[in-house]
Amino acid sequence: MSIAVKGVSKRFGDFVALDHLSLEVPSGALLALLGPSGSGKTTLLRIIAGLEIADNGTVLYQDADVTDSRVRERNVGFVFQHYALFRHMNVFENIAFGLRIRHWPRARVKERVHELLTLIQLEGLERSLPSQLSGGQRQRVALARALAVEPKVLLLDEPFGALDAKVRQELRQWLRRLHEEIHVTSVFVTHDQEEAFEVADRVVIMNKGCVEQAGTPQEIFEQPANPFVMDFLGNVNVFHGRVHDGRAELGSLNVEYPEYTARESRAATAFVRSHELDIERVRNGRPALQANVVHINPARPVVKVRLHAVEFGISLNVDLGWERYDELKLQPGESVYVSPRRMRVFVQDYQVQGHQVPDYQI
Amino acid sequence: MADSTTLTRSLAAAHEDPPVVRAALITLALLVMGVLIVVPLVNVFYQAFAGGVGTYWKNLAADPDTRHSVYLTLIVAPLAVAANVIFGVAAAWAIARFRFPGRTLLTAFIDLPFAVSPVVVGLFLVLIFGLQGILGPWLRAHDIKVIFALPGLVIATAFVTFPVVARELIPVMEAIGAEEEIAAVSLGAGSWQMFRRVTLPNIKWGLLYGIILCNARAMGEFGAVAVVSGRISGQTDTMPLRVEKLFQEYNMPGAFAVASVLASLAVVTLLVKTALEWKTRSDLAAAAREAAGERA
Repeated sequence: MSIAVKGVSKRFGDFVALDHLSLEVPSGALLALLGPSGSGKTTLLRIIAGLEIADNGTVLYQDADVTDSRVRERNVGFVFQHYALFRHMNVFENIAFGLRIRHWPRARVKERVHELLTLIQLEGLERSLPSQLSGGQRQRVALARALAVEPKVLLLDEPFGALDAKVRQELRQWLRRLHEEIHVTSVFVTHDQEEAFEVADRVVIMNKGCVEQAGTPQEIFEQPANPFVMDFLGNVNVFHGRVHDGRAELGSLNVEYPEYTARESRAATAFVRSHELDIERVRNGRPALQANVVHINPARPVVKVRLHAVEFGISLNVDLGWERYDELKLQPGESVYVSPRRMRVFVQDYQVQGHQVPDYQI
Repeated sequence: MADSTTLTRSLAAAHEDPPVVRAALITLALLVMGVLIVVPLVNVFYQAFAGGVGTYWKNLAADPDTRHSVYLTLIVAPLAVAANVIFGVAAAWAIARFRFPGRTLLTAFIDLPFAVSPVVVGLFLVLIFGLQGILGPWLRAHDIKVIFALPGLVIATAFVTFPVVARELIPVMEAIGAEEEIAAVSLGAGSWQMFRRVTLPNIKWGLLYGIILCNARAMGEFGAVAVVSGRISGQTDTMPLRVEKLFQEYNMPGAFAVASVLASLAVVTLLVKTALEWKTRSDLAAAAREAAGERA
């Protein structure tokens, strides 16, 4: 069952939560709505579910217009951040709730609930109350409850947001495997880009009620559409400078920029990911910045080096491979040269996607 | 753990008043309670049973007007409570679950019956439903009697006790939140199914507490009922009115016998209320713990 959202807007008083937003979720996809808080991702999810009414625009399930149908007519599974389990019912009754509403016969309810208990690996806990379960167990029960009625789409609102890091990690992988098993079209909201990239097969990046970019995790990571996406994905160093005549000048960093050949100089922002920076002891002809090593965090799998770029007055973060780190034997306070292997330049009002700086051979 | 207990103790000690002040305050509180509550309560039972159990029973059961007042109270109070359960749940629902224009006003209005003297409430009702009242001609044309009749008693009692149920439910519903209800709807439940299967089980202790308290207030209501009833013996006298009438007639044993029934009701209410309060508090604490656990 595919989902299509067309030109949906939603305001809360003066606040524009969604601004003529359109989106497609292919059938069987596991899609992540990723964005900072206030970007409208939860509102969009609630509109897809029918828990919120859009001011205008339409929502389609496959070819059926469901814009005006209410949540209980849409047959969706909804999973809440805080689980929203029925506190006075045990695990069995929680999962059976939707089936009882649909007047399933007793024997089939029992069969279906046990099927789901096996799926969420909580056999034997059916008589427990939600208050007796851990956070991760509760969220799995909530998921089973949503899946019990065989929903056409599964919608999850920050499903791992209330869990601690380790449980979150386990549940993510479990959700991924679960989706491979049951293939129900799923949309989940998250503000954690790592989570979105790890779990989803499609990611939609939202900002201020609009879609900034939609695509597979790889597409988004390799070809960020604009500075917002680049910045939001994080682990990135930002340089401000100007472009003209096919070159970008970022302080003493002067690189080729064939996409912009006009004489007129324009402001530009360059993004370099932490792992795309190299550290050298001596200048070797490649464009490089002088910087002082401030801090070394030898975390695995990469060594995180923080430097101070004297000229820009900014901090640089460099992820160094262990082999390179052992070779360099960096010490805090040392003066070194930092050179980008690859950078993406965005010119204001003239955005070019993912510019590749030619690899400078040593 | 031991450290924090010691710390709490030393902090408490730092905030404590000198023993003399404490003893004085406690004595004062006990004295006031003894004089104003315990002594009168014991006295009611002492006076009622002064002539022995036989006389007590005769005072209660032999007088047809007294019998009728008990019967009338047993009709009026449950009807008023039933009306207030419906109003109270609806009002608490509206206030706890929705943000709408006039919400603050509604919240204020719920408390109005507590703020206005019951006698004034009675007069309001006479002005509306009385023969010379706004609805008087229409009611007379349709041969409906409200004032000096059962409907008036029920309306007056319900009005005066209106805030009790809503006041109990609003904090409970706010603490529990709407998420479980939304979850129920997303699973296909209709409004009534959602209310019966999810909301009601969650608020049942608070609701029961509200009902008990409301019932006690309804059975004891005097002022508003006195105005609208016309105080016709054997017809519109409820128990509190009957107590007063017997007292005015210098029938002390009779007055105290009926009063003792009302007083017993108060004692039972107090016991049930304490038990339910304890239950509601532990439920609320559990809800708060759960919410805190989720946030952590």
